[in-house]
Amino acid sequence: MKFNEVGNRLYTGETSIDFVGRRKLWYFISFIIIAVAAFGLFGRGLNLGIEFKGGAKFNVPSLTSVEDARNIVKNAGVETSVIIAVGNERLEIQTPPLDETEIETFISKIATDFKVEPGLITTQSVGPSWGADITRQALIGLGVFVLLVILFLTVYFELRMAAAAIVALLHDLLITIGVYAITGFEVTPATVIGVLTILGYSLYDTVVVFDKVKENTKGIIAQSRLNYRESSNLALNQTLIRSINTSIVALLPVAAILIVGVGILQAGTLKDLALALFVGIAAGTYSSIFIATPILVQLKERQPEIQALTRRVHARRVNAGVDGPENMKITGSPILANQLMQAGPRTQPKRFTRSKRKKS
Amino acid sequence: MSAANRARPGRLLILIAIVSASTILWAFWPGASHEARLGLDLRGGTQVILTPELAPGTEGVLTQDQINQTVEIIRQRVNGFGVAEAEVTVQGSGANAAIVVTVPGVNPEGITNLLKQTARLDFRAVLAAGSGVEIATPSASPSASPSASPKAVVQPTELPIQAATSDELYEQYLSLNCFTPGLLQGGRADDPTKYMLTCSKDGFEKFVLAPAFITGDQVSDSQATLPQQGAGGWMVTLDFDSQGATKLSEASITLSKLPSPQNRFGIVLDGLVVSAPFFSEPILGGKAQIEGSFKAEEAKQLSQVLRYGALPVTLNIAESTSISPTLGQDQLSAGLLAGAIGLILVVIYLLIYYRALGFVAVFSLIVAAGFLWLLIIALGRSIGFTLTLAGIAGAIVAIGITADSFVVYFERIRDEIRDGKSLRVATELAWVRARRTLLAADFVSLLAAVVLYALSVGSVRGFAFTLGLTTVIDVLVAFWFTHPLVTYFGKSSWAESGGILTGVSRKRLIAGSTILTGSDK
Repeated sequence: MKFNEVGNRLYTGETSIDFVGRRKLWYFISFIIIAVAAFGLFGRGLNLGIEFKGGAKFNVPSLTSVEDARNIVKNAGVETSVIIAVGNERLEIQTPPLDETEIETFISKIATDFKVEPGLITTQSVGPSWGADITRQALIGLGVFVLLVILFLTVYFELRMAAAAIVALLHDLLITIGVYAITGFEVTPATVIGVLTILGYSLYDTVVVFDKVKENTKGIIAQSRLNYRESSNLALNQTLIRSINTSIVALLPVAAILIVGVGILQAGTLKDLALALFVGIAAGTYSSIFIATPILVQLKERQPEIQALTRRVHARRVNAGVDGPENMKITGSPILANQLMQAGPRTQPKRFTRSKRKKS
Repeated sequence: MSAANRARPGRLLILIAIVSASTILWAFWPGASHEARLGLDLRGGTQVILTPELAPGTEGVLTQDQINQTVEIIRQRVNGFGVAEAEVTVQGSGANAAIVVTVPGVNPEGITNLLKQTARLDFRAVLAAGSGVEIATPSASPSASPSASPKAVVQPTELPIQAATSDELYEQYLSLNCFTPGLLQGGRADDPTKYMLTCSKDGFEKFVLAPAFITGDQVSDSQATLPQQGAGGWMVTLDFDSQGATKLSEASITLSKLPSPQNRFGIVLDGLVVSAPFFSEPILGGKAQIEGSFKAEEAKQLSQVLRYGALPVTLNIAESTSISPTLGQDQLSAGLLAGAIGLILVVIYLLIYYRALGFVAVFSLIVAAGFLWLLIIALGRSIGFTLTLAGIAGAIVAIGITADSFVVYFERIRDEIRDGKSLRVATELAWVRARRTLLAADFVSLLAAVVLYALSVGSVRGFAFTLGLTTVIDVLVAFWFTHPLVTYFGKSSWAESGGILTGVSRKRLIAGSTILTGSDK
């Protein structure tokens, strides 16, 4: 089947993937990933850049090997250092915190040994408390943002949707941070920016999906053809093509940043940012489909009116000799698909029952 | 869907044409700079982030007033240092305030040490005062030693010059030219127990000053006031603590009897004289006022300086970064390359998937990118927005988010066609639904950008600003450009014919389904 045909059948419900019904599977998958992430986070911890723990970083344009560089650095009086070759032409030297005078002496010493102009050496030095400040500010920002988003989503959608969206958001954040802990990639301010972007992106994606759910479930109480779970699942399937397309158009530019960041610059802002984004956008797409909506359905199904609806729909199907939601399997059946197509409150006058319509 | 909405795509296109024209005019205003302001990670330079803190041993909280005063002091230091285009800005407020000093280009040595000096405020009696330029040495003994008369007077390289006695300073005083580059930067060691040779902040006057008779911490308050009588204009009141009051009365009794300029005292901030009033009478109560032809602004500035003295601010170097211009250039080209590759990949994907409709999306992306570029130039000039690598990354990420607006809209059009609507109806119905989704989703993005901008420091801010800007552009382009264009597209008979290249082929949109018929219901 061609891609466009899949899209068409997803829209009608002829092809339907039971995202909501198999929620335990998705929760389990996420649980495993998050458990691994947490293990990494508490076990290895994050590899924080000097921006967070304080220290100095020097970028030297030089062809010198890392071993030779280590000796040069030792001769300059700095015992502990991390030296990384960045591409073929640059070396990055990380040292413990140095004060301004020490930095100037260090630069003049290594500049002679590396045979480079001191002005070509890029330096960065960060005081130890500054990183804590940045982190605290970022966390305050995160808190304020989450509160405002809950407020907005509650007004625009409803409280349950806001709650589900925030759970999906935290899910994405945990996974992204976990990936950093496990892989040991350095966490820099650029990484933080990437993670903060994921906040916006993850919610953006969830809002688009929830908007379809909201549309599909508008006036759902007034009918008895479809229960909330099926309606939401249909919404997911109907926006699935969009979700895939969105992820592709979002990941393509990020991939470009990653390629250029890794391929040309080897290190720095672009790479750190793109890595966080890549992981986060992938997690964001996953969670908006597999986590946010199933949680929403669970929350909704606690409401009495939604429970009543589910019972009504079930009773109606038993009468009609069609079984319930079990038919919502990956291929779907034309009978159910027909029901789905007719289900929308806007197309069917609700006073007619099925038997009456058959006569006409 | 309103009828008006459907009938007037042309008006929206005219509207966006006007907006574009004004933006172009704004960005390329004749005579102004037409280039984007690049951050120092893109063109090289030094950035120092300083966190102000109350000096040890003092109690109280850091007020905005003091932070502003500290910024003024640092600005004087940086400008005095003689580097072009240096910038001093404050981010955050109160205990979280950070002062960001940016010096583009090469790394001027020693600037970080200069910046972090704690500035002192002292009151010193004036011993000699004169115009800030070289004073011709009175040719008292022209014949004495002709060879020595053009005595090579070495201009000092920094101010103030301090000595244990005033005599040592007079010769240098005569030859001192306050306008020698680099002199008026302050930030140098300032020992209150020594004599001092220095200039006024603006360089118009130079002074030899006695050791401090009152130190800044003895000033308890200072206000700029306009007396009720209105006579004499603005003045600055001063309150001293008991120690300061005693010293003030002693000094004023002695000094007020002396002829000018010895009846004057210098208010010295950060090694430079901010003001040098004279005592008209002995002041005994610990309360003084400085009168003069002050403008309101000047009086306020002076009182701010005087209040600062009570709680001097120490500066910690939180972060200092210097990037060589070559690395900056590399980062800029890499960022632009990544942007170009990202844009091309998205364009290819949109064209393959949406065909003719994809062209609308591509045009919209180009319009959005154009707006972003123009606004970066215009905002760089008007509000000092600088483009950093993080900002470029934000813009690249925004390509995806902007393209997604089109994906949401186009998928809705296809859904409506699957429901059997005609293309023209489908484009309008889809817009009404997609519009709502877009606004909600973009609002969340904007919220993220605003919160990040308000609460963060440094590179995160640049990124948040770009993200917010692109979100606004996204909404604008979707409403005023993409939508009317799609409306025209929907009206065209070619698109309605549903050819395979249109991207809205009904045949393709019902293929594989046994339910969709494609006819109007």
